[in-house]
Amino acid sequence: MNNSSLERARKIRTAGIYAFFIIGSIVMIFPFVWMLLTSFKTVEESMMVPPTILPAAWQLKNFTDAMASLPFGALYKNTLLMIFWRVVCAVVFSSMAGYAFAKLNFKGKDLLFSIVLVQQMLPSQIFITPQYQMLAKVGLTNSIFGLVFPGLVSAFGTFFMRQAYLGIPNEIAEAAYLDGCNQWQSFVKVMAPLTTASMAALAVFTAVFAYGDLMWPLIVNTDLNLMTLSSGLATLRGQFSTNFPVMMAGSLLAMIPMVVLYLFFQKQFIEGVAMTGGK
Amino acid sequence: MKEKASKRSRSESMWGYIMIAPTIIGLLVLNIYPFLDTIKLSFSKTLPFGLYELRGVQNYVKMFASAEFWRANMNTIYFCVLTVPIGLFLALVVAVMLNTKIKGRTFFRAVFFLPMVVAPAAVAMVWKWIFNTEYGILNTLLMHHINWITDPNIVIVTCAIVAIWSNIGYDAVLLLSGLQNISQSYYEAASLDGATKLQQFFHITLPMVSPTLFVVLIMRLMSSIKVYDLIYMMIEQSNPALTSAQSLMYLFFRESFVTGDRGLGSAVVIWTVAFIGVVTLVQFWGQKKWVNYEV
Repeated sequence: MNNSSLERARKIRTAGIYAFFIIGSIVMIFPFVWMLLTSFKTVEESMMVPPTILPAAWQLKNFTDAMASLPFGALYKNTLLMIFWRVVCAVVFSSMAGYAFAKLNFKGKDLLFSIVLVQQMLPSQIFITPQYQMLAKVGLTNSIFGLVFPGLVSAFGTFFMRQAYLGIPNEIAEAAYLDGCNQWQSFVKVMAPLTTASMAALAVFTAVFAYGDLMWPLIVNTDLNLMTLSSGLATLRGQFSTNFPVMMAGSLLAMIPMVVLYLFFQKQFIEGVAMTGGK
Repeated sequence: MKEKASKRSRSESMWGYIMIAPTIIGLLVLNIYPFLDTIKLSFSKTLPFGLYELRGVQNYVKMFASAEFWRANMNTIYFCVLTVPIGLFLALVVAVMLNTKIKGRTFFRAVFFLPMVVAPAAVAMVWKWIFNTEYGILNTLLMHHINWITDPNIVIVTCAIVAIWSNIGYDAVLLLSGLQNISQSYYEAASLDGATKLQQFFHITLPMVSPTLFVVLIMRLMSSIKVYDLIYMMIEQSNPALTSAQSLMYLFFRESFVTGDRGLGSAVVIWTVAFIGVVTLVQFWGQKKWVNYEV
């Protein structure tokens, strides 16, 4: 009797959890479904009261309109290049510095590491105006380099990779040294391969935040052909302020590559972000 | 032998400097110099042709006299008050649910996390459409005519809803990793003692997850004070409710890159940094009262 009532309580609880998750999932997914459905409707249909759920005809005009007013090919390319270089720079330079700060002894190490900590505590907006002025002075606004510029080095990445190397016992580097490796060789051949999980996490983290970044791309590249997907969308918004189907089509085009990647590498995305913790 | 050891330590320092060089040079050029330069700019008058002239506290005087600036402060605080407590509470609920052994939890985790991989620009676009006064689906469902985006009294609430929706999965994933570190044996012992699930939550889960909760709280609070992209995308500069929604960082962006008064813009950003610093200090001081590190 007691057992069966416990069993029933457990079932009710499970049902409650499922109910919560199903309602939650609807709230999370509905905006994207609505975006998709709207992107196939005509402007007139999108403004019908009461609204139609499915488009009367699945027409592609909004997508061709969005592509006609924004050079999506260039936006994809610029965004991809920006992410690629930011990820490469963050992973390579942060691994090197993280290894040195964790495993090597040199004078002034603590002082130099405090620069890393200070940068991490300051919000990125405090650097933006001078960063922009530096680039403007040497004529490098409106370039891929301009997009990558603030992400050439990563204080957060350095801090994060240092943690990864601190977790590796010194004996491993010691063994490599006795085998005749110098510091660089033992870093490249022995130590760095042990941190691939952290490198992957840093790469995912860097990519996701570079992709979403809006203020810097808006400031540094004003030429439409050198914008990123985010800053391009902001421009589309200005052009089609009341034509929501075109804006939905544009947003969809902008979000598809990352969402597709996410569908395939969902676990790596989430665990990567969980590993990098609250930055 | 001794000679060999000193040779080794010399090579170690050499490699140390070589390996940190890119990062340290980068930080000096990209962050330390700009940080000092922003402070300087905040005390300078912006002249044409990108020139500046040191003028003392003029920008700060102008900033403190500006109603728009104080309004931006209020908006930012209001935004934080709306998003941080509710957002963290919901994220904790989601994390606790994800920590149960039910089928499909990986799927649900992926669903809640989804907004993270969508650029805030695209997220804001679809919500603007949903919140549209005349044709938006929300007003149709509610059968009301609410000016979600143009009513100065509502617009921040609207932005806060979108912010909570965007961040809930990210915060939940971070909290979940904290929850997974709690040893099952605590719950087993509590069950044997006859503790209900709710009692277990308040006496085991909450104290044990409090260090993670604190980290997420600080992170969320800082990023809410710095909110910009979402509000920028939701509220155009021609929106009549702009000053009622404008956050400090939006004001910074407009002063520096739309109006072109970088001195005043820099003063706003310095003020924001000081503001973040004070809030963080208060949090670190306040954590002694509720964060439990004795595990």
